[in-house]
Amino acid sequence: MKITQKDVEYIAHLARLEVDETLVDKFAEQISNILQYIDKLKDADVSGAGLMAGAALQNNVFREDIVKKSPGPDVTLSNAPERHEDFYTVPRVVG
Amino acid sequence: MDLYELTISQAQTGLAKREFSSLDLVNAMLDRIEKLDGDIGAYITIDADGAREAAIEADQRIANGYYLLKHESFTNNGSNLDSSNYRYPLLGIPIALKDLLCTIGVKTTCASKILENFVPQYDATVVSMLKNAGAIIIGKTNLDEFAMGSSTENSGFHITRNPWDREHVPGGSSGGSAAAVSARMCIAALGTDTGGSIRQPASHCGVVGIKPTYGRVSRYGLVSYASSLDQIGPITKDVEDSAILLNVICGHDPLDSTSANIEIPDFTSALELFKNYGLKGMKAGIPKEFLSVKGLDPDVETAFNNAKDTLEKLGVEMVEVSLPQTDYAVAAYYVIAPSEASSNLARFDGVRFGLRDNSANDLIDMYKKTKSKGFGAEVQRRIITGTYALSAGYYDAYYGRATRVRAMIRDDFTRAFEKCDIIISPVAPTPAFKIGENIDDPLTMYLTDIFTLSTNMAGLPGISVPCGFSSKGLPIGLQIMANSFDEMALIRAGYGLEQTLAIKDKFPNI
Repeated sequence: MKITQKDVEYIAHLARLEVDETLVDKFAEQISNILQYIDKLKDADVSGAGLMAGAALQNNVFREDIVKKSPGPDVTLSNAPERHEDFYTVPRVVG
Repeated sequence: MDLYELTISQAQTGLAKREFSSLDLVNAMLDRIEKLDGDIGAYITIDADGAREAAIEADQRIANGYYLLKHESFTNNGSNLDSSNYRYPLLGIPIALKDLLCTIGVKTTCASKILENFVPQYDATVVSMLKNAGAIIIGKTNLDEFAMGSSTENSGFHITRNPWDREHVPGGSSGGSAAAVSARMCIAALGTDTGGSIRQPASHCGVVGIKPTYGRVSRYGLVSYASSLDQIGPITKDVEDSAILLNVICGHDPLDSTSANIEIPDFTSALELFKNYGLKGMKAGIPKEFLSVKGLDPDVETAFNNAKDTLEKLGVEMVEVSLPQTDYAVAAYYVIAPSEASSNLARFDGVRFGLRDNSANDLIDMYKKTKSKGFGAEVQRRIITGTYALSAGYYDAYYGRATRVRAMIRDDFTRAFEKCDIIISPVAPTPAFKIGENIDDPLTMYLTDIFTLSTNMAGLPGISVPCGFSSKGLPIGLQIMANSFDEMALIRAGYGLEQTLAIKDKFPNI
């Protein structure tokens, strides 16, 4: 599968990335090469094969729902790039 | 012998006999780091003060008699103590951690600009386990950003050089940990392995690395790259040290729902198995597909054959096995790993932690500018590839098919392990390549993972043990794989190979 610069920009938008202009060309070429290689999966005979999404033991995991002490807002927010009192702040979302 | 040369077990003996203190050990490491790391670049953060403080505390404990030597309680005044409360199997031992493992109060960057100033509020479970065992965290080692790479050239801060030849990469992504152990800038280290990231740098740096079975070691506090493949494991100077570390870090953790609630053997008892019984009765499978892999370096082939002959002389019977999906494994892996990465890395959005670009006007723009400024090229490439593979219209052709190939890879191994106890192969097709050689060709870089990533896909354990050198003097490792939760077989066979080849005490002359 070959992808274009426009594809790169569109997928980047879906992933909330803004690829540097100088890299778009290179990314389109490199990712096309990777996808072309990955396309060999189409030749694999997967008829009858199950799905394997993970390698964990196939048990459901339950635990007691016990209330634990919270570390509190100062610890929780200690890495916040910006905060207002006990809240994270973000740029305005609604007008 | 200088203090920095000691293995965990040698250092334990010296500490117990009061030949030196833990502070002496830590200072020896810090001196060595000071002398060498400007050139090698194995570390991102060195916690000299924290390490010295912890060493002083360890020395106090040793002075008080609380010490545990190789699982025997060693007390000179502790006869009235319940020894189970005073088990410090790593008391006073300086250990380095890949900077992908959260450490409370110590910067954890994942080698990414986006987390350049991130200071975790908690320890990863493995870090708590090490600390509870008395270990001292000396620093955080370099890696490919978010563990995405096979050379440590993708670090957001600096590259790491191979201590055996500084023109070459140390491998990756745990290249900092492998280089730090190899250059004797720590006694042992932890790395993480998603497609070979412990075993390949261990092989390239001439040290031992184990990727345990998926679920053996808690991933809580490991910053996720591809959650269904990631696993933490030891990188050490010898096989015994890996067994000692595994004893400490394995175990069920309620904070990781994929962690296995399964009995943990004493991994060091696998050494006794070899000492008492050799390797007689063991069968090793050689996958016929592996030896026809394109681009297999003749020096790697020679070292592999030499290791195979050595194992045979120790009583291992060789059998041919088949892993028919080998040809599709890399393709399936490079769908699954980037797909999971694209989801896992969505959290770095500039809101709760890490970098934020303040030039944006609205929220979406803030996400975009933050991520693009914070993530390096390889991380962005994998996010885009993963997003593409998961997007509407392509999901079945890529992710869906890859998960079916993954199931077939697991079934191939299940069939193979009906005929053998271990499977052996090279770790990587070539010895460490030159810095810059593959950096602009991600696909070629991906293909170097061919021998290692199948075990991650199937969830199986694997070890890399040094087994020779290339004509240019670069180390080469043998990979041994085993069935789920059979790390004992890896350690027994790996120890046998190591003791017989007797190259474990070689380290780079720097």
